[in-house]
Amino acid sequence: MKFKALTAVAALMVTIPAITLADPDDDTLVLNGETEMVTKVAAPAHMAETGVDTVMSGWHFRNDDTQAMQSDDFDNPGMLAVEAAIEAWNTVEGEAGKSCASCHGAAEDSMKGIRAVYPKWNETAGELRTLAMQVNDCRTNQMKAEPYKYTSGPMAAMEALISVQSRGMPVNVAIDGPVQAIWEKGKEMYYARTGILELSCASCHEENYGNMIRADHLSQGQINGFPTYRLKNAKLNTVHARFKGCVRDTRAETYKPGSEEFIALELYVASRGNGLSVEGPSVRN
Amino acid sequence: MDFTRRETLALGAGAVALTVLPFRVNAAAEDAIAAFTGGAAVADGGVNLTAPEIAENGNTVPISVSAEGATAIMLLAAGNPTPGVATYNFGELAGSASASTRIRLAGTQDVVAIAKMADGSFAQARSTVKVTIGGCGG
Amino acid sequence: MADGVKPRVKAPKSASAGEVVVLKTLISHNMESGQRKDKSGNPIPRSIINRFTCEFNGTPVIDVTMEPAISTNPYFEFEAKIPEGGNLKFTWYDDDGSVYEETKSIKVG
Repeated sequence: MKFKALTAVAALMVTIPAITLADPDDDTLVLNGETEMVTKVAAPAHMAETGVDTVMSGWHFRNDDTQAMQSDDFDNPGMLAVEAAIEAWNTVEGEAGKSCASCHGAAEDSMKGIRAVYPKWNETAGELRTLAMQVNDCRTNQMKAEPYKYTSGPMAAMEALISVQSRGMPVNVAIDGPVQAIWEKGKEMYYARTGILELSCASCHEENYGNMIRADHLSQGQINGFPTYRLKNAKLNTVHARFKGCVRDTRAETYKPGSEEFIALELYVASRGNGLSVEGPSVRN
Repeated sequence: MDFTRRETLALGAGAVALTVLPFRVNAAAEDAIAAFTGGAAVADGGVNLTAPEIAENGNTVPISVSAEGATAIMLLAAGNPTPGVATYNFGELAGSASASTRIRLAGTQDVVAIAKMADGSFAQARSTVKVTIGGCGG
Repeated sequence: MADGVKPRVKAPKSASAGEVVVLKTLISHNMESGQRKDKSGNPIPRSIINRFTCEFNGTPVIDVTMEPAISTNPYFEFEAKIPEGGNLKFTWYDDDGSVYEETKSIKVG
Protein backbone atom coordinates (compact mmCIF):
# COMPACT_ATOMS: atom_id res chain seq x y z
CA MET A 1 0.00 0.00 0.00
CA LYS A 2 2.81 2.41 0.87
CA PHE A 3 4.49 1.54 -2.43
CA LYS A 4 1.44 2.49 -4.53
CA ALA A 5 1.13 5.86 -2.81
CA LEU A 6 4.76 6.68 -3.56
CA THR A 7 4.50 5.81 -7.22
CA ALA A 8 1.33 7.88 -7.51
CA VAL A 9 3.14 10.90 -6.02
CA ALA A 10 6.17 10.32 -8.26
CA ALA A 11 3.92 10.08 -11.33
CA LEU A 12 2.27 13.40 -10.39
CA MET A 13 5.61 15.15 -10.00
CA VAL A 14 6.75 14.08 -13.44
CA THR A 15 3.62 15.32 -15.20
CA ILE A 16 3.13 18.66 -13.44
CA PRO A 17 5.97 20.61 -15.21
CA ALA A 18 4.07 20.24 -18.48
CA ILE A 19 1.44 22.74 -17.33
CA THR A 20 3.79 25.74 -17.55
CA LEU A 21 3.26 27.92 -20.63
CA ALA A 22 6.89 28.04 -21.64
CA ASP A 23 6.92 29.06 -25.29
CA PRO A 24 7.23 32.73 -26.28
CA ASP A 25 3.89 34.04 -27.46
CA ASP A 26 2.70 35.26 -30.82
CA ASP A 27 1.34 38.67 -29.86
CA THR A 28 2.11 41.87 -31.72
CA LEU A 29 3.55 44.90 -29.98
CA VAL A 30 1.87 48.10 -31.13
CA LEU A 31 2.92 51.28 -29.35
CA ASN A 32 0.22 53.78 -28.44
CA GLY A 33 -2.14 52.17 -30.90
CA GLU A 34 -0.08 53.33 -33.86
CA THR A 35 3.52 52.13 -34.11
CA GLU A 36 3.94 48.45 -34.87
CA MET A 37 7.26 47.10 -33.63
CA VAL A 38 9.34 44.33 -35.13
CA THR A 39 9.77 41.89 -32.26
CA LYS A 40 10.61 38.74 -34.24
CA VAL A 41 12.92 38.66 -37.23
CA ALA A 42 15.20 36.26 -39.10
CA ALA A 43 18.49 35.86 -37.22
CA PRO A 44 21.34 37.97 -38.64
CA ALA A 45 23.83 36.23 -40.94
CA HIS A 46 26.60 36.02 -38.36
CA MET A 47 24.43 33.67 -36.30
CA ALA A 48 24.18 31.11 -39.10
CA GLU A 49 25.89 28.34 -37.17
CA THR A 50 24.10 28.89 -33.87
CA GLY A 51 20.97 26.96 -34.73
CA VAL A 52 18.87 30.02 -33.88
CA ASP A 53 16.88 31.01 -36.96
CA THR A 54 14.58 33.65 -35.45
CA VAL A 55 15.65 36.30 -32.99
CA MET A 56 12.93 37.63 -30.74
CA SER A 57 12.50 40.44 -28.26
CA GLY A 58 12.27 39.74 -24.54
CA TRP A 59 8.77 41.23 -24.77
CA HIS A 60 7.44 37.89 -26.00
CA PHE A 61 8.51 36.07 -22.87
CA ARG A 62 6.55 38.25 -20.44
CA ASN A 63 2.95 37.81 -19.34
CA ASP A 64 0.03 39.78 -20.81
CA ASP A 65 -0.10 42.39 -18.04
CA THR A 66 3.59 43.21 -18.37
CA GLN A 67 3.33 43.34 -22.16
CA ALA A 68 0.38 45.73 -21.90
CA MET A 69 2.39 48.08 -19.68
CA GLN A 70 4.85 48.70 -22.50
CA SER A 71 2.36 49.28 -25.26
CA ASP A 72 1.11 52.59 -23.87
CA ASP A 73 3.50 55.46 -23.17
CA PHE A 74 1.37 56.56 -20.25
CA ASP A 75 1.27 53.16 -18.59
CA ASN A 76 5.02 52.64 -19.15
CA PRO A 77 6.77 53.78 -15.95
CA GLY A 78 10.06 54.01 -17.88
CA MET A 79 8.67 57.07 -19.64
CA LEU A 80 8.76 58.97 -16.33
CA ALA A 81 12.55 58.83 -16.60
CA VAL A 82 12.37 60.10 -20.20
CA GLU A 83 10.53 63.17 -18.95
CA ALA A 84 13.14 63.73 -16.26
CA ALA A 85 15.86 63.39 -18.91
CA ILE A 86 14.21 66.00 -21.13
CA GLU A 87 14.55 68.43 -18.25
CA ALA A 88 18.20 67.45 -17.78
CA TRP A 89 18.73 67.83 -21.56
CA ASN A 90 17.62 71.45 -21.34
CA THR A 91 19.48 72.30 -18.14
CA VAL A 92 22.79 74.15 -18.30
CA GLU A 93 25.45 72.23 -16.42
CA GLY A 94 29.22 72.48 -16.10
CA GLU A 95 31.81 75.21 -16.55
CA ALA A 96 31.23 75.67 -20.28
CA GLY A 97 27.76 77.00 -19.50
CA LYS A 98 26.02 74.65 -21.92
CA SER A 99 23.16 72.22 -21.85
CA CYS A 100 22.79 69.23 -24.21
CA ALA A 101 20.33 71.41 -26.14
CA SER A 102 22.96 74.13 -26.72
CA CYS A 103 24.73 71.90 -29.25
CA HIS A 104 22.15 69.27 -30.08
CA GLY A 105 18.96 71.31 -30.22
CA ALA A 106 15.83 69.19 -29.76
CA ALA A 107 16.54 65.55 -28.96
CA GLU A 108 13.71 64.44 -31.30
CA ASP A 109 15.73 65.78 -34.23
CA SER A 110 19.38 65.32 -33.37
CA MET A 111 19.14 61.92 -31.67
CA LYS A 112 17.03 60.21 -34.32
CA GLY A 113 18.52 56.85 -35.26
CA ILE A 114 21.47 57.20 -32.89
CA ARG A 115 20.67 54.44 -30.37
CA ALA A 116 20.02 51.95 -33.18
CA VAL A 117 23.68 51.86 -34.23
CA TYR A 118 25.37 51.89 -30.83
CA PRO A 119 27.88 50.61 -29.67
CA LYS A 120 29.75 52.34 -32.48
CA TRP A 121 33.34 53.00 -33.55
CA ASN A 122 34.44 56.59 -33.02
CA GLU A 123 37.09 57.40 -35.64
CA THR A 124 38.40 60.58 -34.03
CA ALA A 125 38.82 58.99 -30.64
CA GLY A 126 39.99 55.69 -32.12
CA GLU A 127 37.78 53.61 -29.84
CA LEU A 128 34.50 51.69 -29.70
CA ARG A 129 31.93 53.74 -27.81
CA THR A 130 28.79 52.73 -26.00
CA LEU A 131 25.98 55.25 -25.62
CA ALA A 132 27.02 55.87 -22.01
CA MET A 133 30.61 56.58 -23.03
CA GLN A 134 29.46 59.04 -25.68
CA VAL A 135 27.15 60.85 -23.24
CA ASN A 136 29.97 61.20 -20.75
CA ASP A 137 32.41 62.32 -23.45
CA CYS A 138 30.04 65.17 -24.31
CA ARG A 139 29.54 66.01 -20.65
CA THR A 140 33.20 66.10 -19.70
CA ASN A 141 34.79 67.52 -22.87
CA GLN A 142 32.04 69.76 -24.27
CA MET A 143 30.06 70.80 -21.21
CA LYS A 144 32.96 70.57 -18.74
CA ALA A 145 30.51 68.93 -16.37
CA GLU A 146 30.80 65.89 -14.10
CA PRO A 147 30.27 62.59 -15.91
CA TYR A 148 27.24 60.51 -14.97
CA LYS A 149 28.04 57.28 -13.12
CA TYR A 150 27.87 54.48 -15.71
CA THR A 151 24.74 52.72 -14.44
CA SER A 152 23.17 55.56 -12.45
CA GLY A 153 19.58 56.78 -12.62
CA PRO A 154 20.44 59.94 -14.60
CA MET A 155 22.47 57.92 -17.11
CA ALA A 156 19.68 55.39 -17.54
CA ALA A 157 17.19 58.22 -18.00
CA MET A 158 19.37 59.89 -20.64
CA GLU A 159 19.82 56.55 -22.44
CA ALA A 160 16.04 56.16 -22.37
CA LEU A 161 15.52 59.62 -23.89
CA ILE A 162 17.99 58.82 -26.67
CA SER A 163 16.48 55.35 -27.20
CA VAL A 164 13.00 56.77 -27.67
CA GLN A 165 14.26 58.67 -30.72
CA SER A 166 15.18 55.34 -32.35
CA ARG A 167 12.09 53.48 -31.21
CA GLY A 168 10.70 51.28 -33.96
CA MET A 169 13.91 51.50 -36.00
CA PRO A 170 15.90 48.29 -36.53
CA VAL A 171 19.00 47.68 -34.41
CA ASN A 172 21.94 47.87 -36.79
CA VAL A 173 25.36 47.68 -35.15
CA ALA A 174 28.44 47.20 -37.29
CA ILE A 175 30.54 44.14 -36.51
CA ASP A 176 33.32 44.50 -39.08
CA GLY A 177 36.17 46.86 -39.84
CA PRO A 178 37.78 48.49 -36.79
CA VAL A 179 35.41 46.75 -34.34
CA GLN A 180 35.85 43.23 -35.63
CA ALA A 181 38.45 42.15 -33.08
CA ILE A 182 36.36 43.51 -30.21
CA TRP A 183 33.26 41.77 -31.61
CA GLU A 184 35.15 38.46 -31.72
CA LYS A 185 36.15 38.97 -28.10
CA GLY A 186 32.55 39.63 -27.14
CA LYS A 187 31.48 36.49 -28.96
CA GLU A 188 34.11 34.47 -27.13
CA MET A 189 32.81 35.78 -23.79
CA TYR A 190 29.24 34.92 -24.75
CA TYR A 191 30.13 31.28 -25.25
CA ALA A 192 32.71 30.88 -22.47
CA ARG A 193 31.57 28.77 -19.52
CA THR A 194 32.67 30.41 -16.29
CA GLY A 195 32.14 30.32 -12.57
CA ILE A 196 31.06 27.71 -10.07
CA LEU A 197 28.08 26.71 -12.19
CA GLU A 198 30.13 26.65 -15.41
CA LEU A 199 27.48 28.52 -17.32
CA SER A 200 27.93 30.72 -20.36
CA CYS A 201 25.43 33.29 -21.65
CA ALA A 202 24.61 30.77 -24.36
CA SER A 203 23.78 28.05 -21.83
CA CYS A 204 20.59 29.88 -20.94
CA HIS A 205 19.92 32.37 -23.70
CA GLU A 206 20.76 30.27 -26.74
CA GLU A 207 20.27 26.69 -25.63
CA ASN A 208 17.34 27.22 -23.28
CA TYR A 209 15.34 30.28 -24.24
CA GLY A 210 11.65 29.52 -23.89
CA ASN A 211 12.25 27.20 -20.96
CA MET A 212 11.64 28.07 -17.34
CA ILE A 213 14.54 28.58 -14.95
CA ARG A 214 12.74 28.08 -11.65
CA ALA A 215 9.92 30.59 -12.14
CA ASP A 216 11.56 32.87 -14.70
CA HIS A 217 10.70 32.53 -18.36
CA LEU A 218 14.11 32.57 -20.10
CA SER A 219 14.41 34.98 -23.01
CA GLN A 220 17.07 35.16 -25.72
CA GLY A 221 18.86 37.83 -23.70
CA GLN A 222 18.43 40.53 -26.34
CA ILE A 223 19.21 44.14 -25.41
CA ASN A 224 17.11 45.98 -28.01
CA GLY A 225 14.75 46.93 -25.19
CA PHE A 226 17.34 48.56 -22.96
CA PRO A 227 17.31 50.60 -20.85
CA THR A 228 14.50 48.60 -19.35
CA TYR A 229 12.06 49.29 -16.50
CA ARG A 230 12.12 46.15 -14.39
CA LEU A 231 9.08 45.43 -12.23
CA LYS A 232 11.44 43.70 -9.86
CA ASN A 233 13.29 46.85 -8.80
CA ALA A 234 10.76 49.37 -10.11
CA LYS A 235 13.37 51.40 -11.98
CA LEU A 236 15.24 51.73 -15.26
CA ASN A 237 18.17 49.35 -15.69
CA THR A 238 21.11 49.75 -18.06
CA VAL A 239 22.83 47.04 -20.11
CA HIS A 240 25.99 46.86 -18.03
CA ALA A 241 24.05 46.77 -14.76
CA ARG A 242 22.13 43.76 -16.09
CA PHE A 243 25.28 42.06 -17.40
CA LYS A 244 26.88 42.50 -13.99
CA GLY A 245 23.89 40.90 -12.28
CA CYS A 246 23.62 38.08 -14.81
CA VAL A 247 27.28 37.07 -14.47
CA ARG A 248 27.01 37.27 -10.69
CA ASP A 249 23.88 35.10 -10.79
CA THR A 250 25.78 32.36 -12.62
CA ARG A 251 28.12 32.40 -9.65
CA ALA A 252 31.03 33.70 -11.69
CA GLU A 253 33.23 36.64 -10.86
CA THR A 254 31.50 39.56 -12.45
CA TYR A 255 32.96 42.56 -14.29
CA LYS A 256 32.66 46.29 -13.75
CA PRO A 257 30.17 48.37 -15.73
CA GLY A 258 32.16 50.28 -18.34
CA SER A 259 34.91 47.65 -18.43
CA GLU A 260 36.43 46.48 -21.72
CA GLU A 261 34.88 43.05 -21.21
CA PHE A 262 31.35 44.42 -20.94
CA ILE A 263 31.86 46.83 -23.83
CA ALA A 264 32.88 43.92 -26.03
CA LEU A 265 29.99 41.81 -24.74
CA GLU A 266 27.54 44.66 -25.33
CA LEU A 267 28.65 44.95 -28.96
CA TYR A 268 28.25 41.23 -29.53
CA VAL A 269 24.90 40.92 -27.76
CA ALA A 270 23.56 44.00 -29.56
CA SER A 271 24.54 42.43 -32.89
CA ARG A 272 22.51 39.31 -32.05
CA GLY A 273 19.49 41.58 -32.15
CA ASN A 274 20.24 43.28 -35.48
CA GLY A 275 16.88 43.67 -37.21
CA LEU A 276 14.72 43.86 -34.07
CA SER A 277 13.11 47.24 -33.36
CA VAL A 278 14.66 49.42 -30.69
CA GLU A 279 12.16 49.26 -27.83
CA GLY A 280 13.85 51.25 -25.09
CA PRO A 281 12.57 52.01 -22.55
CA SER A 282 10.89 48.63 -22.38
CA VAL A 283 9.07 46.98 -19.46
CA ARG A 284 10.28 43.63 -18.22
CA ASN A 285 10.03 41.63 -15.03
CA MET B 1 9.00 17.86 24.24
CA ASP B 2 6.98 14.69 24.55
CA PHE B 3 3.35 14.64 23.48
CA THR B 4 0.85 12.16 24.79
CA ARG B 5 -1.23 10.38 22.17
CA ARG B 6 -4.18 12.49 23.29
CA GLU B 7 -2.25 15.73 22.76
CA THR B 8 -0.98 14.65 19.35
CA LEU B 9 -4.49 13.77 18.23
CA ALA B 10 -5.78 17.12 19.46
CA LEU B 11 -2.97 18.97 17.67
CA GLY B 12 -3.63 17.01 14.48
CA ALA B 13 -7.35 17.65 14.62
CA GLY B 14 -6.69 21.35 15.18
CA ALA B 15 -4.38 21.49 12.17
CA VAL B 16 -6.95 19.76 9.97
CA ALA B 17 -9.67 22.13 11.14
CA LEU B 18 -7.47 25.09 10.23
CA THR B 19 -6.97 23.89 6.66
CA VAL B 20 -10.64 23.20 6.16
CA LEU B 21 -11.98 26.62 7.30
CA PRO B 22 -13.22 28.76 4.39
CA PHE B 23 -11.77 32.27 3.76
CA ARG B 24 -8.81 31.63 5.99
CA VAL B 25 -7.68 35.24 6.43
CA ASN B 26 -4.98 36.03 8.93
CA ALA B 27 -5.68 37.88 12.17
CA ALA B 28 -4.48 41.34 11.09
CA ALA B 29 -6.55 41.16 7.93
CA GLU B 30 -9.57 40.11 9.97
CA ASP B 31 -9.09 43.11 12.26
CA ALA B 32 -8.93 45.45 9.28
CA ILE B 33 -12.11 43.97 7.86
CA ALA B 34 -13.89 44.27 11.22
CA ALA B 35 -12.84 47.93 11.49
CA PHE B 36 -14.19 48.61 8.01
CA THR B 37 -17.49 46.76 8.44
CA GLY B 38 -18.06 47.49 12.11
CA GLY B 39 -18.51 43.77 12.61
CA ALA B 40 -21.42 43.50 10.13
CA ALA B 41 -21.92 40.37 8.04
CA VAL B 42 -20.10 40.23 4.70
CA ALA B 43 -21.86 38.54 1.79
CA ASP B 44 -20.14 36.72 -1.08
CA GLY B 45 -20.62 37.92 -4.63
CA GLY B 46 -21.31 41.28 -6.25
CA VAL B 47 -17.62 42.19 -6.20
CA ASN B 48 -15.39 41.67 -9.22
CA LEU B 49 -11.71 41.27 -8.36
CA THR B 50 -9.28 40.89 -11.26
CA ALA B 51 -5.83 39.67 -10.30
CA PRO B 52 -3.30 37.54 -12.20
CA GLU B 53 -3.12 33.87 -11.34
CA ILE B 54 0.67 34.05 -11.33
CA ALA B 55 2.29 37.44 -10.74
CA GLU B 56 5.16 38.19 -13.14
CA ASN B 57 6.87 39.87 -10.20
CA GLY B 58 5.61 40.42 -6.64
CA ASN B 59 6.87 44.01 -6.65
CA THR B 60 4.33 45.26 -9.18
CA VAL B 61 1.10 43.28 -9.49
CA PRO B 62 -1.82 44.85 -11.43
CA ILE B 63 -5.14 44.57 -9.54
CA SER B 64 -8.59 45.79 -10.65
CA VAL B 65 -11.73 45.82 -8.60
CA SER B 66 -15.33 46.85 -9.23
CA ALA B 67 -18.61 46.48 -7.36
CA GLU B 68 -21.74 47.98 -8.84
CA GLY B 69 -23.46 50.25 -6.35
CA ALA B 70 -20.56 50.35 -3.90
CA THR B 71 -19.62 53.56 -2.09
CA ALA B 72 -16.24 52.24 -1.00
CA ILE B 73 -14.00 49.24 -1.61
CA MET B 74 -11.15 48.11 0.65
CA LEU B 75 -8.30 46.02 -0.75
CA LEU B 76 -6.27 43.75 1.50
CA ALA B 77 -3.29 41.46 0.95
CA ALA B 78 -3.87 38.76 3.54
CA GLY B 79 -0.29 37.48 3.50
CA ASN B 80 1.67 40.76 3.57
CA PRO B 81 3.45 41.97 6.74
CA THR B 82 0.63 44.51 7.04
CA PRO B 83 -2.50 43.57 5.09
CA GLY B 84 -3.76 47.05 4.15
CA VAL B 85 -3.36 47.96 0.49
CA ALA B 86 -5.82 50.73 -0.37
CA THR B 87 -9.33 51.92 0.30
CA TYR B 88 -11.22 53.51 -2.58
CA ASN B 89 -13.93 55.98 -1.55
CA PHE B 90 -16.14 56.78 -4.55
CA GLY B 91 -17.49 60.34 -4.73
CA GLU B 92 -20.61 61.78 -6.31
CA LEU B 93 -18.93 62.15 -9.71
CA ALA B 94 -17.29 58.72 -9.80
CA GLY B 95 -18.12 57.21 -13.20
CA SER B 96 -18.32 53.74 -11.67
CA ALA B 97 -17.39 51.99 -8.43
CA SER B 98 -14.21 50.61 -9.93
CA ALA B 99 -10.47 51.27 -9.93
CA SER B 100 -7.19 49.66 -10.99
CA THR B 101 -3.74 49.94 -9.47
CA ARG B 102 -0.43 48.10 -9.04
CA ILE B 103 0.46 46.54 -5.68
CA ARG B 104 3.23 44.71 -3.85
CA LEU B 105 2.72 41.13 -2.71
CA ALA B 106 5.28 39.59 -0.39
CA GLY B 107 4.52 36.00 -1.39
CA THR B 108 1.75 33.73 -2.62
CA GLN B 109 -1.43 34.85 -0.86
CA ASP B 110 -5.05 35.89 -1.12
CA VAL B 111 -5.97 39.39 -2.22
CA VAL B 112 -9.30 40.35 -0.63
CA ALA B 113 -11.75 43.08 -1.67
CA ILE B 114 -14.51 44.21 0.70
CA ALA B 115 -17.16 46.50 -0.81
CA LYS B 116 -19.44 48.76 1.20
CA MET B 117 -22.71 49.08 -0.69
CA ALA B 118 -25.00 52.12 -0.80
CA ASP B 119 -27.53 50.43 1.49
CA GLY B 120 -24.90 49.88 4.19
CA SER B 121 -24.37 46.17 3.50
CA PHE B 122 -20.99 44.59 2.73
CA ALA B 123 -19.81 42.11 0.10
CA GLN B 124 -16.46 40.51 -0.64
CA ALA B 125 -14.36 38.70 -3.21
CA ARG B 126 -10.93 37.16 -2.98
CA SER B 127 -8.33 35.87 -5.40
CA THR B 128 -5.26 33.74 -4.81
CA VAL B 129 -2.17 35.18 -6.49
CA LYS B 130 0.91 32.98 -6.84
CA VAL B 131 4.06 35.00 -6.34
CA THR B 132 7.15 33.19 -7.51
CA ILE B 133 10.85 33.53 -6.89
CA GLY B 134 12.60 34.01 -10.21
CA GLY B 135 15.47 31.88 -11.34
CA CYS B 136 17.81 34.63 -12.30
CA GLY B 137 16.82 37.89 -10.67
CA GLY B 138 20.07 39.76 -11.08
CA MET C 1 9.48 67.89 -0.46
CA ALA C 2 10.62 64.51 -1.74
CA ASP C 3 12.99 64.79 -4.71
CA GLY C 4 11.89 64.43 -8.30
CA VAL C 5 8.24 63.62 -7.58
CA LYS C 6 6.34 64.21 -10.80
CA PRO C 7 2.62 63.64 -11.30
CA ARG C 8 1.19 62.70 -14.70
CA VAL C 9 -2.43 62.46 -15.73
CA LYS C 10 -4.10 61.09 -18.85
CA ALA C 11 -7.56 62.56 -19.36
CA PRO C 12 -9.61 63.36 -22.47
CA LYS C 13 -9.65 66.99 -23.56
CA SER C 14 -13.38 66.97 -24.26
CA ALA C 15 -16.48 64.96 -23.45
CA SER C 16 -20.24 65.10 -23.98
CA ALA C 17 -22.40 66.20 -21.05
CA GLY C 18 -22.85 63.34 -18.60
CA GLU C 19 -20.26 61.14 -20.29
CA VAL C 20 -18.21 58.72 -18.20
CA VAL C 21 -14.52 59.09 -19.01
CA VAL C 22 -11.48 56.97 -18.09
CA LEU C 23 -8.73 58.71 -16.12
CA LYS C 24 -5.22 57.37 -15.59
CA THR C 25 -2.73 58.81 -13.13
CA LEU C 26 0.92 58.04 -12.42
CA ILE C 27 3.28 59.76 -10.02
CA SER C 28 7.00 59.09 -9.69
CA HIS C 29 7.55 58.23 -6.03
CA ASN C 30 9.66 55.61 -4.27
CA MET C 31 6.93 54.53 -1.84
CA GLU C 32 9.46 53.49 0.80
CA SER C 33 7.45 50.89 2.67
CA GLY C 34 9.26 50.88 5.99
CA GLN C 35 9.92 47.14 5.60
CA ARG C 36 13.37 47.46 4.04
CA LYS C 37 16.67 47.61 5.90
CA ASP C 38 19.78 49.47 4.86
CA LYS C 39 23.25 47.92 4.50
CA SER C 40 23.94 48.17 8.23
CA GLY C 41 20.68 46.40 9.03
CA ASN C 42 18.85 49.51 10.21
CA PRO C 43 15.22 49.80 9.08
CA ILE C 44 14.64 52.46 6.44
CA PRO C 45 11.72 54.57 7.68
CA ARG C 46 8.42 54.54 5.83
CA SER C 47 7.89 57.41 3.41
CA ILE C 48 4.97 57.01 1.07
CA ILE C 49 2.16 58.89 -0.59
CA ASN C 50 -0.69 58.05 1.75
CA ARG C 51 -3.68 59.61 -0.03
CA PHE C 52 -4.81 60.45 -3.55
CA THR C 53 -7.92 62.43 -4.45
CA CYS C 54 -9.63 63.56 -7.61
CA GLU C 55 -12.42 66.09 -7.82
CA PHE C 56 -14.25 67.78 -10.68
CA ASN C 57 -15.27 71.42 -10.23
CA GLY C 58 -14.96 70.85 -6.50
CA THR C 59 -17.12 67.68 -6.36
CA PRO C 60 -15.37 64.49 -5.22
CA VAL C 61 -14.74 61.76 -7.81
CA ILE C 62 -12.50 59.44 -5.79
CA ASP C 63 -10.55 59.52 -2.52
CA VAL C 64 -7.97 56.76 -2.06
CA THR C 65 -6.29 55.85 1.23
CA MET C 66 -2.94 54.37 0.25
CA GLU C 67 -0.78 51.92 2.21
CA PRO C 68 2.86 50.82 1.70
CA ALA C 69 1.63 47.90 -0.41
CA ILE C 70 0.99 50.24 -3.34
CA SER C 71 3.91 49.80 -5.78
CA THR C 72 6.62 52.36 -6.49
CA ASN C 73 5.39 55.00 -8.96
CA PRO C 74 1.75 54.69 -7.86
CA TYR C 75 -0.67 54.15 -10.72
CA PHE C 76 -4.45 54.52 -10.64
CA GLU C 77 -7.07 54.08 -13.33
CA PHE C 78 -10.68 55.01 -12.59
CA GLU C 79 -13.76 56.64 -14.13
CA ALA C 80 -15.34 60.05 -13.71
CA LYS C 81 -18.74 61.37 -14.79
CA ILE C 82 -18.44 64.76 -16.52
CA PRO C 83 -21.71 66.76 -16.23
CA GLU C 84 -20.38 70.00 -17.81
CA GLY C 85 -17.12 71.69 -18.84
CA GLY C 86 -14.66 72.33 -16.06
CA ASN C 87 -11.50 71.27 -14.23
CA LEU C 88 -10.35 67.95 -12.85
CA LYS C 89 -8.06 68.44 -9.88
CA PHE C 90 -5.74 65.64 -8.76
CA THR C 91 -3.97 65.77 -5.41
CA TRP C 92 -1.38 63.46 -3.84
CA TYR C 93 -0.47 63.72 -0.13
CA ASP C 94 3.03 62.64 0.98
CA ASP C 95 3.93 61.28 4.46
CA ASP C 96 6.47 64.12 4.70
CA GLY C 97 3.72 66.72 4.39
CA SER C 98 4.27 67.61 0.73
CA VAL C 99 1.24 67.94 -1.48
CA TYR C 100 1.47 67.43 -5.25
CA GLU C 101 -1.22 68.69 -7.61
CA GLU C 102 -2.19 68.46 -11.24
CA THR C 103 -5.15 69.97 -13.06
CA LYS C 104 -6.72 69.02 -16.38
CA SER C 105 -9.55 70.90 -18.03
CA ILE C 106 -12.29 69.16 -19.98
CA LYS C 107 -14.49 70.91 -22.55
CA VAL C 108 -18.07 69.84 -22.97
CA GLY C 109 -20.20 70.44 -26.08
